[in-house]
Amino acid sequence: MSEALDCPSPGVPSADGEVKITVRDLDFHYGDFHALTGISCDIKARSVTAFIGPSGCGKSTFLRCLNRMNDLIPGTRVDGTVLLDGQDVYGPGVDPVDLRRRVGMIFQQPNPFPMSIYDNVAYGPRLHGVKKRSELDDIVRMSLERANLWKEVKDILDRGGLTLSGGQQQRLCIARVLAVQPDVLLMDEPCSAIDPTSVQKIEDLMAELKSSVTIIIVTHNMQQAARVSDETAFFLQEQAGEPAILVEFGRTAEIFTSPKDKRTEDYITGRFG
Amino acid sequence: MKRDAKNLTNAAALAVFWLAGLTTVVVLGAVIGYVLVNGVGEIGLEFIFTNPHGVNAEGGIWPTIVATLYVTGLAMLIVTPVAVLAAVYLAEYAVQGRLVRTIRFAADTLASVPSIVMGLFGLALFVESMGFGFSVISGALALSFLMLPIVMRTTEEAIRAVPKYIRWGSYGLGASKWQTVSRVVLPAAASRIITGIILSAGRAVGETAVVIFTMGTMINLPVLPTDPGRSMTVHLYQLAMEGINMPAAFGTALLLMAMVLAFNLSARWLLRRNRRMQG
Ligand SMILES: Nc1ncnc2c1ncn2[C@@H]1O[C@H](COP(=O)(O)OP(=O)(O)OP(=O)(O)O)[C@@H](O)[C@H]1O
Ligand SMILES: [Mg+2]
Repeated sequence: MSEALDCPSPGVPSADGEVKITVRDLDFHYGDFHALTGISCDIKARSVTAFIGPSGCGKSTFLRCLNRMNDLIPGTRVDGTVLLDGQDVYGPGVDPVDLRRRVGMIFQQPNPFPMSIYDNVAYGPRLHGVKKRSELDDIVRMSLERANLWKEVKDILDRGGLTLSGGQQQRLCIARVLAVQPDVLLMDEPCSAIDPTSVQKIEDLMAELKSSVTIIIVTHNMQQAARVSDETAFFLQEQAGEPAILVEFGRTAEIFTSPKDKRTEDYITGRFG
Repeated sequence: MKRDAKNLTNAAALAVFWLAGLTTVVVLGAVIGYVLVNGVGEIGLEFIFTNPHGVNAEGGIWPTIVATLYVTGLAMLIVTPVAVLAAVYLAEYAVQGRLVRTIRFAADTLASVPSIVMGLFGLALFVESMGFGFSVISGALALSFLMLPIVMRTTEEAIRAVPKYIRWGSYGLGASKWQTVSRVVLPAAASRIITGIILSAGRAVGETAVVIFTMGTMINLPVLPTDPGRSMTVHLYQLAMEGINMPAAFGTALLLMAMVLAFNLSARWLLRRNRRMQG
């Protein structure tokens, strides 16, 4: 089972930064299938945390626990605690709809809505009551700029979002999320389905965004994890049918150069090899 | 030896399949060709845009075209909201259990009710009990029963075909379920939904039994929904069965086929365009 990780008690800031998300003893079930067990970690505010691990070890599942996206899958169950800014995400009185606005999510497959570029970005603000055209114009422009897409689309804002290239679509999705001003951005393999130029642009924008947003990225690309993240979490399902655990969590530089756990080392050297 | 026999069987099987496939094309070609050859001489602006006159129904068929389009359009207006709302409920809201299975089974059964039975039912309910008489509205209501299951099932499938990633994108921005359904899912499914509606309208245009029972056979230009009217199919039936005017019957048949074909082609075109747009 999981080695006890040295984590400070919930909500207490660690020495080198404020804690944004605290997870304690999290277990997750898809119906009868026990997918995750004993997950505890602290995600630092305004930093990039990478989730790595073999396919099927529950990285996406864990990510979706953080904004309650798993609520949308029937028959799932979460045990344990997830705190966002010290507040229980699964507590009574928390509206998952509101939570998901604060904890935005980017998926592996770019998923623009079948509407114009402008309307894609304006979708969230409109949901939350912004109606004035000039205000929307500002939000759309700013979000597209932050997503490194403005220059490419500023003259074609009324074109369909689906007419863009895959990499542009992914940045459009990032702009769409940024438009609702989330505190946390969950990115599930955002770069695995797109062209290298766009990958570069997304890595750049992550570096810019982390001054204001807490970012968690799932990636299978070890070089990418090493390049973009401050901290890294390694997940592993040791035996088929058994729940996955969080093996090691720490500063990216340390995880990649001197991991404490043999299993982390084996995985990373295997992937770099 | 053995190898040859095998090859021979293969070739024979292939020939049979080929012939079977060819039969479809030949039958279609024969029907279209027959109607075309007999009807094309009749068709012209006068045939389309003037009234029939005299005991032999000479002249045009304009009122029957109007009646057909009128009753079909009205049926589309009636069926679309009901079918789409029902499909949204089935696909998005209903707990997938006995009730939903029952509704689906009912829809499928409704789709297989012979149209003449539906016509009889429409006669009893709309024409007589509800007092609408032989009228466009009676015809449209009865036709909408016929179209309802088709539109509902195609809409349900269209909604289910919207990728979950797109829904998640919307939920991830803090949208509620209804916001997600109305602002993202339905627009994404729209062209397939419209395709279903058009296909069912094509079916309605070609329907005879239902309209003869509910709209009547009077040749007049229907203006109000409560006016009676004679559809093209009914006109065709009467011209041909009573041997009144065979050329006009074929002309009507040709026009009718062209209309149904136009419906089907536009449905296909919409689907194709949509597929291109969504990559
Ligand atoms: N909706 C679901 N219902 C049931 N089981 C699921 C569901 N989604 C994922 N799982 C299972 O949970 C486990 C973890 O899946 P998850 O997608 O979280 O892994 P992952 O680490 O993201 O993998 P990958 O790197 O391939 O994306 C897998 O065994 C998977 O089969
Ligand atoms: Mg995954």
